[in-house]
Parts: sequence; C-alpha cells; structure tokens
Amino acid sequence: MTYEELIKQTALADDRLVVMTAENRALIRNLPPVLGPRFIDTGITEQTLIGAAAGLALRGRVPVVHALATFLTLRAFEFIRTDVGIAHLPVKLSGFVPGFLSDGNGPTHQAIEDVSLMRGIPGMTVFAPADEADMLAMLPAIWASPDPAYVRINTRPATYEHAPFELGKAEIVAEGRDVIILTYGMLFEQTLVARELLQAQGKSVGLINLRSLKPVDEAALLAAARSGALLVTVEDHFITGGLYSILAEVLLRHQLTARVLPLALEERWYRPGRLGAVLEHEGFTGQHLARRIATALGEASEDIAAGPAVLETQFAE
Amino acid sequence: MTPEKRQNLEALALRVREHIVRLSTDGGCFTGASLSCADLLVYLYADYLNVRPDNLTDPGRDYLFLSKGHDVPALYGTFVELGLLDKDRLARHLSTDDHIYWHPNRHVPGVEFHSGSLGHLPSVALGVALDCRLRGQDNKIIVVTGDGELNEGSVWEALLVASAHRVNNLTLVVDRNQFQANVATEDLIPLEPLAPKFEAFGAVVRRIDGHDFDQLATAFSALPFSEDKPSVIICDTVRGRGLPSIEARADRWFCNFSAEEVEELLRELHSQEATSLTSETLTVR
Repeated sequence: MTYEELIKQTALADDRLVVMTAENRALIRNLPPVLGPRFIDTGITEQTLIGAAAGLALRGRVPVVHALATFLTLRAFEFIRTDVGIAHLPVKLSGFVPGFLSDGNGPTHQAIEDVSLMRGIPGMTVFAPADEADMLAMLPAIWASPDPAYVRINTRPATYEHAPFELGKAEIVAEGRDVIILTYGMLFEQTLVARELLQAQGKSVGLINLRSLKPVDEAALLAAARSGALLVTVEDHFITGGLYSILAEVLLRHQLTARVLPLALEERWYRPGRLGAVLEHEGFTGQHLARRIATALGEASEDIAAGPAVLETQFAE
Repeated sequence: MTPEKRQNLEALALRVREHIVRLSTDGGCFTGASLSCADLLVYLYADYLNVRPDNLTDPGRDYLFLSKGHDVPALYGTFVELGLLDKDRLARHLSTDDHIYWHPNRHVPGVEFHSGSLGHLPSVALGVALDCRLRGQDNKIIVVTGDGELNEGSVWEALLVASAHRVNNLTLVVDRNQFQANVATEDLIPLEPLAPKFEAFGAVVRRIDGHDFDQLATAFSALPFSEDKPSVIICDTVRGRGLPSIEARADRWFCNFSAEEVEELLRELHSQEATSLTSETLTVR
C-alpha cells in the first residue's frame, strides 16, 4: 500500500473525497484518470487552493489538499486560518517534504514552523507520522474525522513495526528509567538508532512516537515527566512552538517540572544538502543524538558508534 | 422591466438604505461602502437569485458571496426587508449578545460565508462553483467584491484558476464605487482600464450602472456570458449613494453619526437635500 493507493481506494469508496493540489503531484500523479473531475489541480496557487477547498467543503466534500508543506502553511496561512479554521471545515492538508525532508532545497522550502502555525489555529488537528507505514495507519482516521487536519507527509520506509493507530494517542515504543526520548515525524528513525546506541552503553532509554501533536497525548507526556527520567524532545522544527513548547505547556498546566533536553533548530534555518549530510551537519543522526544525550547525562560520548547510513530521498521539488 | 417593478425595487432599496443609516450610529458601520451596493444587493435578492427564507440550506439554491464584507449593513437590510432576518437582530448591532457586527458571518442565516479579510471569497466561491458543476447542478454563484479589494492578488489568482477550469457558473461582480478605504482608487492603486484586465484573465465582462435596475436586470439575465468562461459584471456605483451629504467622499467610508444626525440623514434619504454633518470624520481601517 502506498499513499496514492490509499487515497485512491478511499476516494473510490467515498465520493465526498476530492483530491486537490497546487501542482504538487509527486504522490498523486496517477490519480487524474481515476478521479476525473474529483482531481483538481489549481496550479501554483496555494491561496486559491485553500479557498476553493473551503468552498468544496461547504458543499459537503472532504478535500485532501496537497502542496509543499512550507508553501501550504506559510503562503496560504491566512486562508487556512480564516477560511478553513473559522468555519471549521473538514479540509485535510497534506504537507509534502516537511522539516528535514526538504533536504537540498534550502531555507525557502524548510517547513520548520509548520507545527507551531497549524496548532495555533483553533480546531485544527496536527499529525506527524514516523514513516510511511505509520502515516498509512493514521490517514483513514484523519480523513474520516469532521475536523480540519494538517499532516506532515512522510513516505520514508518504516524501520519499526508500529502499534495500531489511535486518534490522540502516542505510541509508547519503549519505557526507560534514565532517559525518555519524545519525538515525531521522520526523526523517529534516528531516535530508534540513538536508543539502541545508548542502551548498548548500559542506559535505560524510553522512546515515544507522538504521532499526533494536536490533540497531544497529555497522559503520555505527564507519565514521562513523572518518571524522573531525563526527557529529550527531538524534532525537525524550530524550538519555538513545536514539541518542546507543547511539553512545556502541558507541564506548566499541571504544575510539574522536569529535566528536559530540547533537540530542535534554534533561531536559524538548517544547512541544505542530501538528507544524510543534513542530519550529520545538524547533529540529528542516531549517533549524534545519542552523543548529545550522553553528554547531557554527564557521560562520555566518544565511544558511541555510528548508526546505519541514512537512506537518501529520491525526489526533487 | 415594468415601471411598477422598478418602482418596487426602488422602494425596497430606499428601505434598505434606511437600515444602513440607522446602523451608522452607536459604534457606526461602513456606511459609504454599504450605500454603494444597496441597489445591487436588492436587485439580486429580490429579483435574480433563487434564495428564499425556506431554501437557505437547499443545495440547489443560488449562492451570493459577499467578499467585500464591509457592506454587510446593505446585506442585512436586504435580508430584513425580504424576510430572511428578524429586524430585532439589527437592534443588537455590535452587541456581544448577537452576531451582528461589522462583517458578515454564518450566525446569520443566508450569509453563505464569513468575510472581512479581502480577496478570500472569489476562491471560496470557485470551490462551490466547481462542486455544483461536479454534481451537474445549475446553481448561479455570485461573488461581490469591492474595487479596492481588487488590490489583493488572490482575486486575480482565483480568476486565473476559474478561467483555466472553464468555470461558467461563477460571476464576479465589482462594486466600482471609486474608493478604497480612505483614498480614491485612481489616486492610490489605479484600476482603469478595468474591463480589459478581467478580459485578459479570461473572463467575459460587462460594465453597467450599478444603480440602474433596468441595466442590472439586462446584464444578470444574460448570464452566463460564455459557455466556458467566468463572467464579470463591473457595476459603476457611487460611494454613499442616496445621501448627497456623504456621496463620493473619501472620508465617509466608516461613519458613526449622532442620533440627531441619523434622523436628519433619514430625512435626507427621502428629500435628497444635504444635511450639514458635524460628527467627527473617521478614517479607520
């Protein structure tokens, strides 16, 4: 099953679903002949794309809307907030190449404030699958919901067999006494590696795949905070407004505090390049993450080994 | 149009203008922008659109999207006169107990979509037009924009896309009252020649006097102007139309008159004799 097969299957079974794109067809290029007029390409017009999606939703459709995550959430932000958000319409936003996945494109294409922006819209739900399998597990529930949704599209092959998806629930991959890593999206793959490397050093390391950032699994965050372990938030997002902020909001609301190591992008865009080189340069490979966490624990980090090579992505946008 | 029908529409428009004047106090409203499109909205709801109190949720109804949301007093006045809106709700203008404020919203039945941020509803209306076509329905989809609103690139973007998709059930109507917020359009961001701009974006255009019911009827009854293109009707209008004391003035976009001035302006509506206004001129956005 691929993203395209899932959307095709869903659209053929439910004629409310329309597929829209601002000429971003990377994941849906075979759909026009299948869906006919229910495939609507507005060209490079993110604002019109979202406005028209709102109009279609007003008439009972469920538009699944495709554009690069950065242009979708930034260029069309006011249209999403005002046309989709105020009216609370079931428009489903599929943001392509979010976070580090825009690898070689440069800062114009880096959607690393998308979680912050989208979760700031009342009623908007926000999802970030760890990989393609995780994404395919969550999309049926997202598309069936009456709420507007933003999904950080991630088609990377899974390196982990995920638990079934439950809306609003995080996936607890492992419990841990010394460290609990909290992450979402494509960096899940690297945190799995980091966890193994730290476990090999004798550390007890927990790992939580958030899956949904809004609604967020507060119970999972609170349990992690109450465990006394070092919490590490790992995200390909600016440090403001993403998971570190979400965690801080939840902890403060419950008058809790915790030792937290935030691993995110601080006040700058990342250096563009092939994905493996980006993760290496920015310190987000499994090995780098493990070393940064070991250092925070006051441990030596030099003998932490390298993880497997990062699988490069195969498309250009 | 028979003389009797025209007189009925003119009488209706006069009553709508009275509502607009009455809303121009206790916090005020966008009086000038409302008066310029009062005749247009009266014509559309009273004579053209298949929109009635009993079909507001019928998917076969026609749609009017008020993209220049500032003129909502003209819309609500029309709704009251045609039985779509309870007159008592206008008395709750700017009260937090109701939803009657400076921009349209869907808490008022008959309002198809909220507006206030300019340049949004051409694309929303396009989505509705595409869906009506998908379902094989022949609803008419009208979107009313201001002329200042045409500064927004999203209007032109939506029109470009509508043309590309050969949408013929969408009509963009421009309330060409010659003013954007506080400045004459031609002094700030000149729009003329306007019709050729729309034509260049793939629409078929007609330009009429937006206060002349005969011209309105002739133009709208000829829709769609093409089988495979969107239509545009430019309505030349006068900001503040009906009140000579505020007509065509840059500083009478938003008005907040005293109770005495409102009474005088109501008389002016009927006599067409200018009132001498002393209330503070407001230029707000």
